[in-house]
Amino acid sequence: MSKRVFITGIGIVCAIGKNVEETFQSLLAGKTGIGEITLFNTMHKGIIPMAEVKMTTEELLEEVGKAGKKNLTRTALLGMKAAKEALGSAGISNIHQYKTGLISASTVGGMDRSEDFYASFLSDPARGRLIDVVNHDCGDSTERIASHLGISDLVTTISTACSSSVNALMFGSNLIKTGQLDRVVVGGTDAVTRFTLNGFNTLMILDKTGCHPFDENRAGLTLGEGAAFLVLESEEVVMKDGKNILAEVSGYGNANDAYHQTASSPDGTGAFMAMSKAIAMSKLQPNDIDYINVHGTGTQNNDLSEGIAIERIFGEHVPPYSSTKGFTGHTLGAAGAVEAVISVLALKHQVVFSNLGFSIPMKELHNRPVTTNHNASIRHVLSNSFGFGGNNSAVVLSRYVTGDA
Amino acid sequence: MTNTPVYINGLGSVSPQKALLVEPLFFEANQLRCADPGYKEFIPAEMIRRMGRIIKMGVTASKLCLRDAGSSSGSNMEREIIPQAIITGTGLGCMEDTEKFLTSMIRNKEEFLTPTSFIQSTHNTVAGQIALLIKCHGYNFTYVHRGVSFESALLDAMTQFEMGELSDALVGGTDELTVNSFAITSRLGYWKRKPVDTKNLLDDRQRGTIAGEGATFFFLENYQNEHTYARLMGVTTFLKPASEKEVSKRVHDFLATAGLTTNDIDLVFMGLNGNPRTDQVYKFLAGKDFADTPLAYFKHLCGEYHTASAFAAWLAAQVISTQLVPGAVCLKSSPKSTIYEHVLIYNHFMGNNHAFILLSRP
Repeated sequence: MSKRVFITGIGIVCAIGKNVEETFQSLLAGKTGIGEITLFNTMHKGIIPMAEVKMTTEELLEEVGKAGKKNLTRTALLGMKAAKEALGSAGISNIHQYKTGLISASTVGGMDRSEDFYASFLSDPARGRLIDVVNHDCGDSTERIASHLGISDLVTTISTACSSSVNALMFGSNLIKTGQLDRVVVGGTDAVTRFTLNGFNTLMILDKTGCHPFDENRAGLTLGEGAAFLVLESEEVVMKDGKNILAEVSGYGNANDAYHQTASSPDGTGAFMAMSKAIAMSKLQPNDIDYINVHGTGTQNNDLSEGIAIERIFGEHVPPYSSTKGFTGHTLGAAGAVEAVISVLALKHQVVFSNLGFSIPMKELHNRPVTTNHNASIRHVLSNSFGFGGNNSAVVLSRYVTGDA
Repeated sequence: MTNTPVYINGLGSVSPQKALLVEPLFFEANQLRCADPGYKEFIPAEMIRRMGRIIKMGVTASKLCLRDAGSSSGSNMEREIIPQAIITGTGLGCMEDTEKFLTSMIRNKEEFLTPTSFIQSTHNTVAGQIALLIKCHGYNFTYVHRGVSFESALLDAMTQFEMGELSDALVGGTDELTVNSFAITSRLGYWKRKPVDTKNLLDDRQRGTIAGEGATFFFLENYQNEHTYARLMGVTTFLKPASEKEVSKRVHDFLATAGLTTNDIDLVFMGLNGNPRTDQVYKFLAGKDFADTPLAYFKHLCGEYHTASAFAAWLAAQVISTQLVPGAVCLKSSPKSTIYEHVLIYNHFMGNNHAFILLSRP
């Protein structure tokens, strides 16, 4: 049984970059990916901003070598691109060398195409192109990614709203720890859709000025899209192949707030439990955490609940923290993996990223997020992801120093 | 296959059947729906009206399961169970609410929308609602991978039992059939065009199968009590096998991890659904690897859906516990009296996602 799980590859596509390097450069430059809606027609265009991946679906098709194919959803394409980058980053050329799984996550799956189908279908049940609806389910994008990478053993998908892809990382780690897999590609993918845009809009939690996480005057989140994947490998594989280790997965925790279907509890019960479990599994103390990549959506409810849970754990010694959703938007099912990749970048480059959109501290909290990028000694990063249904998750990623093993 | 024992100590099901083991229901239909099993008993009245059907089915099946587990602990007192984890699987999630929100978004041109159906459309709504209603702060996961959604949930639970992270878990599978999802999948050729007598489902020569739905829950624990139904030995999933031979090889490999061969299997539940094209692989295994093994089937009772294998596991657990195979599921009986020690479930969804689940006598 492998006691340790290592991250050996990362891949990402999001509003601030088409790959890891571009994303890192945008983070360093403080460049937001939030802007006007361009990908589809909606009455909210020009009113509500979004963080779109700066590639059309046609460009994505070309990018993954599927130009002209009509059976791929944007969600699948984003996932294929990011997962392939992760595999390359881990230096894996022969996927069959070890028992390899794929655990992906998504909240809307192929909804970007189903909503087009549905408009025709509603006018006449015999209408609507079937090719637009056949890939509706969340499993579709996962199987497209699996076949793009050549994985056929353990392939599955998680959907726990905005915590989905951290949960993929947790399940993948457990499969390695129990020796069921030698390595596993974990992550998530979600495209922006009118369905989610209108859904969040009915909840009145979309900020028309772009999100302002942890700011006193925050007025909601900004939807984003993207995909991110990480390659996890067992200690044995890493040692045998002399792999370059990007970080170690040292702990993770999952809990349910059991308070309300969409709102977080005022004392942050679920968030507190998830973070506590993650820190306990990593055998660390709260003061060992050097940086928190908070969930920080920018809604009144989340940031208050999360902020209080953080103070309950860290007391007066809250480590530097930031929400990077001011860069990427809230990428829903991909968010946990997007932020895990950003956390790996923080460890690798020893830099804390700023919390875009912040100006006035929240009156309920005794601390404020990081507002300028700065270098710091970072050994351990805590990354939070919380979602509808009370689903709360947290993960601790640690810097690997040669000789630690 | 896990070395840590995992026992099924509670069962709950909402299905198109009412009292299957006593009086199986057969239909003249190409789609089977769950009748209201008496939601009022399990869900607060003010919530029933707003909840989508899959949520009602899931919550009810989970409460039936916890009640069953609570009353089966041997003592006279019912124990009230708050599980350490709630892990569910669903192929399509909350279709009714998804369709409802999509329809009003399109019809009203993105105006005058209300949030209820959007909130309930997320795939993890059932697991979230169960947690909310029983105040369960534990691990909460939802798998959404087509025909192996339920198996993924089982695998997750077993993995954590083995790691010592869990000593009990509520695990289930839920899927609902809606008017529109049936219409769309009919156009995709999933279903038989004309209704069939479900009693003779396997003899029907029309293409496709019959649609179904259901919610099935299991309460798993790491110890056995006097009402334990069965021991959950293992589960495995795989994608798009290249040939029938590959499936055959995989079943041998899977059983070998439990130290078993096909000869040790006393009954195989097969996902046969009357679709001549996709039933072929079951027939291949029945003729080759399990030529002398009793066989059972179940989709004529619950229809085809992504988490139908949970219904089969529910049946298999009861076969082991009662040592009886209900006549309605029996496809090939044993020539001699059999002790049902090891029962295997082999299921695939549309030939794409395949899975084995092995249950044994505790």
